[in-house]
Amino acid sequence: MFEMDYGFSESQIEIRDMVREFAQERVKPVRAELDENEEFPREILTELGKMDLMGLYIPEEYGGFGCESSLDFILAIEELSRVCIGVSVSYAANALGADPIIIGASDEQKKKYLPSLASGEKLAAFALTEPNAGSDAGGIATTARKVGDKYILNGTKQWITNGGEADVYTVLAVTNKAKGPRGVSCFIVEKDTPGFHFGKKEKKLGIRASATRELIFEDCEVPAENLIGREGIGFMLAMKTFDVSRPGIAAQGVGLAQGALDEAVQYARTRVQFGKPIAANQGLRWMLADMAVKVETARAMVYATARHADKHMKNMSKFSAMCKLYATDVSMSVTTDAVQVLGGYGFMREYPVEKMMRDAKILQIYEGTNQIQREVISHALVKEYASL
Amino acid sequence: MHIVVCIKQVPDTSDVKINPETNTLIREGVVSIINPFDENAVEAALVLKEKLGAKVTVMTMGPPQAESALRETIALGVDDVVLLSDRAFAGSDTWATSYALGKGIAHLEERPDLILFGKQAIDGDTAQVGPGVAEFLNLPIITYVRKVEVEGQLAKVERVFEDGYERMEAELPLVLTVLKEMNVPRMASLRGRMKAKKAEIKKWTAAEIGADPENTGLAGSPTKVVKIFSPPKKVGGIKIEGTAALDAARTVVGKLKEQKVI
Amino acid sequence: MQEPLIIYEEKCTGCGACVKVCPFSALSVEPREGRTLPESRFRNIAVVNEACTACGACLPSCKFDALEVRDIEQKGSEDLESFTGVWIFAEQRAGEIQDVAYELLAEGRKLADELGEELSAVLMGFNIRDKAQTLIEWGADKVYVVDGAELEEYETDLYTDILAALIHRYKPEIVLAGATSIGRAFIARVAVRVKTGLTADCTALAIDPEKRILLQTRPAFGGNIMATIITPNHRPQMATVRHKVFKKGAPQPGRTGQIIEEHPKLSLARTKVVEVLHEMGNQVNLAEADIIVSGGRGLGGPENFAMLEELAKELGAAVGASRAAVDAGWMPAYHQVGQTGKTVCPKLYVACGISGAIQHLAGMSSSDYIVAINKDPDAPIFDIADFGIVGDVFEVVPMMTKVLREG
Repeated sequence: MFEMDYGFSESQIEIRDMVREFAQERVKPVRAELDENEEFPREILTELGKMDLMGLYIPEEYGGFGCESSLDFILAIEELSRVCIGVSVSYAANALGADPIIIGASDEQKKKYLPSLASGEKLAAFALTEPNAGSDAGGIATTARKVGDKYILNGTKQWITNGGEADVYTVLAVTNKAKGPRGVSCFIVEKDTPGFHFGKKEKKLGIRASATRELIFEDCEVPAENLIGREGIGFMLAMKTFDVSRPGIAAQGVGLAQGALDEAVQYARTRVQFGKPIAANQGLRWMLADMAVKVETARAMVYATARHADKHMKNMSKFSAMCKLYATDVSMSVTTDAVQVLGGYGFMREYPVEKMMRDAKILQIYEGTNQIQREVISHALVKEYASL
Repeated sequence: MHIVVCIKQVPDTSDVKINPETNTLIREGVVSIINPFDENAVEAALVLKEKLGAKVTVMTMGPPQAESALRETIALGVDDVVLLSDRAFAGSDTWATSYALGKGIAHLEERPDLILFGKQAIDGDTAQVGPGVAEFLNLPIITYVRKVEVEGQLAKVERVFEDGYERMEAELPLVLTVLKEMNVPRMASLRGRMKAKKAEIKKWTAAEIGADPENTGLAGSPTKVVKIFSPPKKVGGIKIEGTAALDAARTVVGKLKEQKVI
Repeated sequence: MQEPLIIYEEKCTGCGACVKVCPFSALSVEPREGRTLPESRFRNIAVVNEACTACGACLPSCKFDALEVRDIEQKGSEDLESFTGVWIFAEQRAGEIQDVAYELLAEGRKLADELGEELSAVLMGFNIRDKAQTLIEWGADKVYVVDGAELEEYETDLYTDILAALIHRYKPEIVLAGATSIGRAFIARVAVRVKTGLTADCTALAIDPEKRILLQTRPAFGGNIMATIITPNHRPQMATVRHKVFKKGAPQPGRTGQIIEEHPKLSLARTKVVEVLHEMGNQVNLAEADIIVSGGRGLGGPENFAMLEELAKELGAAVGASRAAVDAGWMPAYHQVGQTGKTVCPKLYVACGISGAIQHLAGMSSSDYIVAINKDPDAPIFDIADFGIVGDVFEVVPMMTKVLREG
């Protein structure tokens, strides 16, 4: 198969090849079972840890691989997603949980938490969403009240990826309600902290290997040294985290769409109807062409955004929103078309495209719905043109 | 403890197809891999290393390209690798291969306590080289091992045979050939892979290991391939095509009954 | 060193015909430039590398007589003519002669008759003397018996010592053994010790009528092609054969022969059996099954083996798998049929979604009746099938189950 030369570095090629091989050998044989049983891919994540892949984006001084470009991590996500995004979201959610620490934590906090996340011994999760604070992150109701050298957390977080499985949670809570978004702070909460419980595990349409759970805080005492940065920067940390994580979601979209394209083309080549492979029909073949073009344009956009992020961290909300929006819409459409190409077989669980189509839907919803992405992009546009 | 693992680079024979017209192998696009059973042997060595603190050396005999197989094992975490490569080894059968590996192992500075092989190579499928090397080195061997533990100088192993298994013991040094069921080989880490790209590969020639030309390569190989061919086709078979599944099923079941097969 | 394959530089046109036919990837076409070669109007030349086994497969492909295989000078066994007779290793486990020994006696008998020589069996173990007569009834002219308490359990060191000592003493021309886990463990050691060739897993044995040497045929290159192998200059000529590859003959009660007790000097066994466990849990005995339903890559995944199990239930069959299906992790290794799995010889073999790589055929082609279902009409499995159905296994197999169920 010919792949576009995107000018990867040596380590990027290694990462792409090793994760591709890993996904084929370790994930593909179990993905249907993980999906069917809604089973968390613990062993897979442990092995990824041993392969240095859990710590790709964590600086070397804290036990990570310290990759030079965010593209390295993007490639790992893409290759895992090509086989199963239930697994890749569990993998990527660690970065989401760790990013506030990498971006805003003190050296001491980093030394305490990052090495075990880098090795895969421990998993992380990011807790922002609440029953009444989804797209409107400003509606956070979980509170953190400072008492002596502790904060007391109360409230419920909803739909937390890696919830219950992770050992380290970065949790957003209101420390000063009067200040609105500027009154939100970010805390590191460890799994076995008294007053910290898990609610029900959600039953989902897709990404069923991933754990999605409620986090319940009932007078949960967190040491004051677990506050990341200072009070009031929580919302800013969350936005910065999303800026770096959205291209990751886009990479999930590219990988998933590529996986669906792989299945569709292989099937169209070998499925014989009316005495010839169905790929002999122009109508169907052109569908494949359109699918391939969508996948490649989305990929180019994701890579470009990741490279942009390496240099211009501060000015990337618009681009990360664009690539998240585009790649995930592509993913939904390509997986849907893949099911169509496979026809009745595509609809059956025997073939993987059924799962792929179910999985794709979440990509348009989480980490900011695609409507929110359009909001981000359009507001940025209007603002930029206003200052011309 | 010093563990030596002998590996072989083989063509991925599951990829090979036959050209139906010329009846010859189509080798285009067939990649070279580490013999899968040897990966289990390497994994067994690395597990023992983690448990007991051993040095692991991997050795292979092959053309210069076999270097890439050794690099893969460096990425997995072995300490040292040796490539026996020389035109003089060309055309070695299992006897001459065993001889060369035996000489190579004897040439190692540090004597091995344990020598591991995969149970067989997927291209030749002979399972002869492990026992052959053991004979050349005058070491005991246990074949078809699915479990190994080492306590001091004593190895405790489980050896599988057709309808069961045996628990066995032997003093080191010892040669083992291992089964696939022994373990699941790890995948290389990113750091390992980056290290492997730059590693120096030790290469030894026939003269360096003191191999006698009379025992090396074709001259040292008692067996000789005299003919290569594809097996003949069966005549008189029935083949039905384009029949509906139910009709095909009825026809074949009818035929089986008629022939008193069932 | 001596180059086994000569490429005549002045004749080679660099056409590459030989490259395509080489089963060992030992040939390539390279530019002549930069090499010290005679003048030529051709730009390229064939080059041979160390993978060459001098098999000669390339010779017929060359239209320019540019290739020649030269015999390598070899120091072989002394006094080749003094080696006579065909031997088989009569494997026993727990005092029971294994079936493979009877199969070897039948095949060995043919070879011995062709050579006009004796057929002998070597039997070793503890309290197994009384089995020698059985071997004679199954075709042996002579049986060498080594009986001793130290041979109660199989030990590689002792078996090697015994067989090597007997070979040194009696100089047989041919030695055959079963390619069982025991046979494979010690025969290779014996071959090294007596310095002779050994060919593993032969599927056919014959005597070259002119040279009176053993032609040993086996699948090669991962079982994708067949190779005939000889041991021209060393004796004995040794080969192993898998269980079920050859058919048993019939015993002749009362047949007489010579039983010779041997007491070779044994070294101490360096490995020790602590415990023997004879169960393998839920493993199927494919080798003994009368009917086998087997699945391959075409089944697409482990879940689809349930469909085969239903058909197998209707047929009273065992379920087998190809190497591809086992390597993919769809079925455990003990279900594998083929060169690296089990050799089977059932009355009926139903191959579902199996393309039929020689590696697989090597393990099942001697089945009495073969049914193949595959969607690829060119799949090699159809070449050996008695009844082939070109069609979708997912449609045909359930229909077969249905038809059988309805009676």
